[in-house]
Amino acid sequence: MNPENGIAIAVTGLAKRFDDVAAVAGVDFKVRSGELFGFLGPNGAGKTTTINMLTGLARPDAGSIRIGGIDCSGNPRAAQHLVGVVPDESNLYPELTGFENLCFCASLYGLAKRERETRARRLLDDFDLTRAADRKFAGYSKGMKRKLTIAAGIIHRPDILFLDEPTTGIDVASARQLRQLVSELHRQGTTIFLTTHYIEEAERLCDRIAFIVEGRIVRIETVADLIQPLQARQSLQLACANPVDRIPSDLDGRFPDFEFSLTRKGYIRVTSDGPIGVGPLVRFLEDSSYVVTEARRLRPSLEDIFMKITGLEADVMRKEKEKGGKGK
Amino acid sequence: MKSWIAFWNILAKDMRTYYLKPPNISWGIIFPLAWTGMFFIKTGSGLERIATILPGVVAVSILFGTTSMLAVTVTFEKKNRSFERLLLAPIPLEILMLAKTSGAIIMGSVNAFVPIAMALFLTDLSNVFWGAFIPAVLMIAVASTFLGLFIAVAVSEVFEAQTFSNFFRFPMIFLCGLFFPIERLPMLLKPLAYVFPLTYGVDVLHGAVNGRHLMPFALDLVILGGFCVGLFALSLYNIKKRWIK
Repeated sequence: MNPENGIAIAVTGLAKRFDDVAAVAGVDFKVRSGELFGFLGPNGAGKTTTINMLTGLARPDAGSIRIGGIDCSGNPRAAQHLVGVVPDESNLYPELTGFENLCFCASLYGLAKRERETRARRLLDDFDLTRAADRKFAGYSKGMKRKLTIAAGIIHRPDILFLDEPTTGIDVASARQLRQLVSELHRQGTTIFLTTHYIEEAERLCDRIAFIVEGRIVRIETVADLIQPLQARQSLQLACANPVDRIPSDLDGRFPDFEFSLTRKGYIRVTSDGPIGVGPLVRFLEDSSYVVTEARRLRPSLEDIFMKITGLEADVMRKEKEKGGKGK
Repeated sequence: MKSWIAFWNILAKDMRTYYLKPPNISWGIIFPLAWTGMFFIKTGSGLERIATILPGVVAVSILFGTTSMLAVTVTFEKKNRSFERLLLAPIPLEILMLAKTSGAIIMGSVNAFVPIAMALFLTDLSNVFWGAFIPAVLMIAVASTFLGLFIAVAVSEVFEAQTFSNFFRFPMIFLCGLFFPIERLPMLLKPLAYVFPLTYGVDVLHGAVNGRHLMPFALDLVILGGFCVGLFALSLYNIKKRWIK
């Protein structure tokens, strides 16, 4: 790869319409070489369309794309030798075994037989799939399928890896193992472009994050810079035994320096620029017939930023995705 | 070199996972047998007519053996998104699609020799002009495969590919001189016969087996080659337009 000034991906004015819908509406961003770049947004925000344009599966209506210094504007497939792609659905060949799938994917990049087999065995070992190497892909569990799909995406050792929802729909242990593998790839210097519905995953893994909403990038910053404005603010979450369906009307009047909101789970969230005294709040609520069962200080998180930008709660987005909602 | 490694492995994978499956092999043997048997029962003729019907059975075996498979190797893979994996690989689209179609061309050609092998035991084929027959078999296999590719790329579902294929296959069987000579077709249908690539391949096959043909072999093969190039180019155009959109 020949990155220009350390830039692995440079996108300017990228746009794509499907009939009357602007799936991506003039997007600009740069991903530095070796960076783990998160691309977050609700369903239909344009994440998958953007990945498709960057990887040569879709032709932009407008804008320019440079991958590893190669201008892909005229030919969307010009830089495909530099990239690896892990799609949001595992799309390997059900009839082939895990080992055969990896060897086949390596052959698409022109690797010689011995090299293919050596790399396939090593990856199966790295991904803890050696014992399933000779089983057909169709018989793999969801977590194993995701792991093998990632292995297939990196077998040709790409400079840039596109990971589309790598941990969606798999069990906690497999997801954790996958995150470790992604971190390891990042440590080895691979540039990673990650889309995910898991805010905490993005927060834990990414160097920088772009938020895309309705086809437009609304914010790009490092995780630390995104969270920093919230550091000064105090947050507290109160859980009550009896259901809370609206904020008690007199709370605002009694505590004018605090902001109150209700989460979807029925918790009362309190935020303030100054310190929040738990005692007076709890006493006030209990005097108003609420039984407070828990008061928890909240660490400012990316989820707060996400909620602020998109107006969506992260767990709503995650559930939508797990129910099978697909991005544009 | 790198592209050819990919080419060979795509072809080998398709042969293993789709073509060399027992149902396909048995279909390749049963299909020509069924057509031959059907013809004999219908006409009540004897073994002396084998040479007359051989070109037709050969052509139909190739046509069905090739066009049916593309619905699986292309439309099905597109539907389950494994075709995306191929589109993401740094292989020129031309080589990729040649790799995806080569299996069908090989199987179509092999299918053609099943009725020939059967005929060898039943009749004398010493007068067959193999120098024209074999190129015609190969060209029919390529043209039919690319027709199958054109159809597979134009649709989204496997059943659509099969239905759409029949829209071409059945008129072609009856109008391209396979079983009814083109000269005996009604005036209105005659021009239609020349729209189908199979007409030109069948003309060579008839000429090579029975000595009766309407056009010079070279002209037939050049026109058939034109159909091959045209259908392949049209399919590539459709892939770029519909799948990389």
